[in-house]
Amino acid sequence: MTLERAIALIFIVVCVVYGYTAFVVMEASILPFERNLAFLPNVLPKWLSVIGVVVGLAVLIQSRAGAEGEGDPDGIDAGNLRQYNLGQTILLLALMVAYALLLRPIGFLTTTTLFIAGGAVILGERRYVLLVPVAVLAAFLIWYLVQEVLGIFLRPWPWFV
Amino acid sequence: MIEGILSGLSTAFSIQNLLMVIAGCLIGTFIGMLPGLGPMSIIAIMIPVAIQIGDPAAALILLAGVYYGAIFGGSTSSILINAPGVAGTVATAFDGYPMARQGQAGKALTIAAIGSFSGGTIGAILLMGFAPGLATVALLFHSAEYFALMVVGLAAIAAFAGSGQVAKALMMTVLGVMLATVGESALFNAPRFTFGIYDLQSGISFITLAMALFALPEALYLVLNPKRSERGGDGGSNISNLRITRDEAKEIAPVIGRQSLQGFFIGVMPGAGATIASFLGYAVERNIAKGEDRAKFGKGSVKGLAAPETANNAACTGSFVPLLTLGIPGSGTTAILLGALIALNVAPGPRLMVDNPSIFWAVIISMYIGNVVLLILNLPLIPYIAKLLEIPRNYLIPFILFFTMMGSYIGQNNATELLLLTGMGIVATIMRMAGYPLAPMLIGFILGPLLEDNFARAMNLTDGISFMWERPMTLALLFFAIILIFLPSIRAGFARLKGDEAAQGD
Repeated sequence: MTLERAIALIFIVVCVVYGYTAFVVMEASILPFERNLAFLPNVLPKWLSVIGVVVGLAVLIQSRAGAEGEGDPDGIDAGNLRQYNLGQTILLLALMVAYALLLRPIGFLTTTTLFIAGGAVILGERRYVLLVPVAVLAAFLIWYLVQEVLGIFLRPWPWFV
Repeated sequence: MIEGILSGLSTAFSIQNLLMVIAGCLIGTFIGMLPGLGPMSIIAIMIPVAIQIGDPAAALILLAGVYYGAIFGGSTSSILINAPGVAGTVATAFDGYPMARQGQAGKALTIAAIGSFSGGTIGAILLMGFAPGLATVALLFHSAEYFALMVVGLAAIAAFAGSGQVAKALMMTVLGVMLATVGESALFNAPRFTFGIYDLQSGISFITLAMALFALPEALYLVLNPKRSERGGDGGSNISNLRITRDEAKEIAPVIGRQSLQGFFIGVMPGAGATIASFLGYAVERNIAKGEDRAKFGKGSVKGLAAPETANNAACTGSFVPLLTLGIPGSGTTAILLGALIALNVAPGPRLMVDNPSIFWAVIISMYIGNVVLLILNLPLIPYIAKLLEIPRNYLIPFILFFTMMGSYIGQNNATELLLLTGMGIVATIMRMAGYPLAPMLIGFILGPLLEDNFARAMNLTDGISFMWERPMTLALLFFAIILIFLPSIRAGFARLKGDEAAQGD
């Protein structure tokens, strides 16, 4: 099964769950006096779930008729991901998750420095003498611009400072 | 109207707003030049800044300046290193890069700047003429018509997605509207579809979604496939002579005239933005050109460079027509601008011209100023700005990822937003690999609440869905939406039929 059809199938499942919530779960939580109202919270979701299933099926059928999907014209062959830098990509995504989790506890300056330096190292940078000053300088500069110039608070230091 | 224009003039020429235009154009040019950050990502990053300014006119002027600056910056990197920073400037590289390789980089940049300037300025004049008229008509609209109009807008965006893509684009639109129903809304007293997750209660932030749909997949593509950011030769070293000859000026003048008009009207149509305008502009001019002129296309023709450059800027301006008059965005970029306006407590739509004439006119007038800024300020600076292209990839990508995260974090000050961004970004990248267009999803997401709002009002007024066929205008619009959706497949069917006949005839 191609990626295109797999996504359409997942979308249909999502629509069914969404529709079940709209038609059954939300219907049950409507209060008696609300029943006379023309518009209820689940009106649009009901329509959406039905339209969604129909459109999803249309994609499934069309992609079968069209046989080979053109895929993304400018880019990446999803069937053969190994020829790309998959490892680097996954590491960078993991770094982003780490950034999200550490931003609050250890503060903006440390996490940002680590993120930029870590990202460059993952991508193959080995000139540490250049890398560390760039990362530190960038983190301070951005923090200064955001906090002092724009006035948006970013906690700079770890929780114990 | 004169009063409005005058108050717009005084707003646009205030020191603060002039600085906004200049800053916007410069920031846009800088970032637009980098591969991996298109106008949508740049505007999304700038939104927290714009909201911090607080004054809606200034904020919109800043964001609009960033928008054309980004398109201009994108053409610079297309010409100098054959690496378009923005999809709308891919066609610019067809003739711009060959010119740069022939040592005419400076000339190519000048032509691009003149094309952008003329396209943008003529577009702004047309916008001034069209927008008030359209807004007056739109004032007659009821919530039922608004609902229908939004359905038309969403259908048109799907219909323009290309042959065989309509169903996919529709699917993305529906998904976008579905995502918009998550969380609390102004209409109801209880949150919906949060599945008990507390962080979803306030809904998904549109900046996070915009970043996840555009900036992050583009950055991940750059990591996955380093060839995308590979530079073709060094065209940028020779930016000495910025002058063009009188003959060349004569040659490109008609091209600029035609493409300003064509680009503008393509930009007005929902779903067809700067990218389509620039490709179509290039194709049309190549077809019009004859003999030797035509052979030059693709090998450094000045016409081939002027056409897409003029068309894409005219289209940028044109896309403001539906945004400012109907409150319906025609492209991903204007959808982001709409989101920013809503965040600033301004409701775009026909009432904008009546209620906030100074905002409406200040934005249009600042477009002229923006174009002048691009021509006289950015052009001489280009050799220096181009140094930015020398940032090594190892540093560039972490910074792009970092700015993507900052964009969604600053607005909400919530680290969970970053996890959401990463998750949705991965899903968006996979969908992009499978050839699903992502812009319809964002437009659906931003129009979703407005759609539901008008749907609810219309249903409450008629006590049901009978408004769909009782109001002729609504019925006509909905019918038009259905035609739009089925038109591509009907046309394809006809073409197949014709093809069969031709085959048999032969």
